Amino acid sequence: MSDPRFTTRYTLGFAAAVCVVCSVLVSASAVLLRDRQQANERLERESRLLAVVDLLAEGERASREEVAERFARHIRPVLVDMGPGDPSHPASVQTVPAQATVYRVVDGERLDALILPVHGLGLWSTMYGYLALEPDGVTVRGLSFYRHGETPGLGAEIDNPRWRALWRGRRAFDEQGRPRLEVIKGRAGPPETDPHRIDGLSGATLTARGVTHTMDFWLGDAGFGPWLATVRQEAR
Amino acid sequence: MKPTTLGAHRKAARDALTEPVFEKNPIALQVLGICSALAVTTRLDTALVMSLAVGVVLCLSNVTMSLLRDVVPPSIRIIVQLTVIASLVIVIDQLLKAFAWGLSRQLSVFVGLIITNCIIMGRAEAYAMQHPPRLAFLDGLGNAAGFGLVLVAVASVRELLGAGQLLGFQVLPLVADGGWYEPNGLMVLAPAAFFLIGLLIWALRTWKPHLVEDPEV
Repeated sequence: MSDPRFTTRYTLGFAAAVCVVCSVLVSASAVLLRDRQQANERLERESRLLAVVDLLAEGERASREEVAERFARHIRPVLVDMGPGDPSHPASVQTVPAQATVYRVVDGERLDALILPVHGLGLWSTMYGYLALEPDGVTVRGLSFYRHGETPGLGAEIDNPRWRALWRGRRAFDEQGRPRLEVIKGRAGPPETDPHRIDGLSGATLTARGVTHTMDFWLGDAGFGPWLATVRQEAR
Repeated sequence: MKPTTLGAHRKAARDALTEPVFEKNPIALQVLGICSALAVTTRLDTALVMSLAVGVVLCLSNVTMSLLRDVVPPSIRIIVQLTVIASLVIVIDQLLKAFAWGLSRQLSVFVGLIITNCIIMGRAEAYAMQHPPRLAFLDGLGNAAGFGLVLVAVASVRELLGAGQLLGFQVLPLVADGGWYEPNGLMVLAPAAFFLIGLLIWALRTWKPHLVEDPEV
C-alpha cells in the first residue's frame, strides 16, 4: 500500500478539496448571475401581463426598455382583500393569502381592464395564468397560462392563441353574480348567444376540467369573488 | 515519436470521436440516457438545445475527470464524478437562466436532470478515467453527437406526426385549421419515443449485423 491514494487521510483531504472547489464554483455562479436572472424573470412577467390585455402583440419582440416603459405607463399593481380560500375545492389550491396583487390596466386616467393571477390543478400539473376582465368586472378580455406541465399537443393547447381567443367577450358571471365560465366538450356558440361556455380541447378533457375549476375557484367567494362583487357594484 | 505510434495516436483519436456516433451509439447500443430521450423529444427545438447542453457537460466532465484520473482516490471516485457533474450542470443551468432565458424556460427541469443522464457518468467511468484529456474530450464530442443524432431523429418524427410541425413551423396543415392532417396524439406521449427508439435500434442492427449480441443460451 505505497500508493497514497489508498490512505484514509488522503481520501478525506481529496473529498474536502473537491467539496470546497465545487461549492465555490456553484455559489459564485448563483450569486454573480442573480441580478441578470431576476431581470429576465421580471421582463417575462411584465411581458405576460401586457400580452394578456393586447398591449404586447402575439409574437411581438419588444426590447427590455420598451416592455418596462409600457408596463410603467399602463399597469398598476394593487392589493385587494381575498376570500377565505377552500382547500376542498377541486381546483386544489391549498392556501389563499389574505391579500393578493391584481393589476389595474389604465389608459391615461381611464380604467381599461383588470388582470387577476390564477392557478389551479390540471391533469398533471398546477397551471399558472392570468385572467383579464373588462372594467365591468364581468366580461372576459383575455386569458393566458404561463406555466404548466400539461401534455404537449393535448392539454398544453391551453397555450394556443386560437383557443385563448375564444375566451374574449364571454361573461364570467351570471345575473345572480355566480361564476359561470365553463370549458365544455365540443363546440360552444359565439359569446353573444353562448356567453358562459368555451370550446373544449379534444384529447384534453381533464385539463379543460381543471381550467373550469380554476376559474370557478378564483372568481368564486373563496378567491377574488368578494372583491369582484364590489367592482361590479361600482361599475353599475 | 515514431511514425507508427503517431499513426496509432491518430487512430485512437479518430475512434474516440467517431465510434460513439454509430458503432457505439450511447442510446442505441449502450442504452444510456433513455430517460431524457423520452422527455425532450416531443419537439425538435428542445431536442437540439438538450443535445447541445448534454454535449457541453459531457465534454467538460470528461476532461475534468481525465485530468483528475491519477489523483482521485479509487474508493470515492464515483461520488467525485457525481459532484463534478452536478456542479457543472448547476453552473450551466445558471448561465442559461442569465443569458438564454427563453431556452431555459423551455427546457425547464430537464437541464437539472442532465445530472442524472447516465451517458455522462457512464463515459466518465468507462472512458475518461483511463484516457488522457484530449481523447476524453473527443470521446465526449463523439458521444454527444451520437446522443444528439438519435434525439434529433426521434424528435423530428414526433413533432412532425404529433403536431404537423418542424421547429415550430407548420409543415402539415392540420384539420383544425382547415388542412388535411389529423395529428397523431400518441406521438406526443412518452411511449411513442420508446417505439421510435426501438425501431431505430432495429434499423441500426440490420444495417450493421455485427452489433447484434449473441443470443444468451
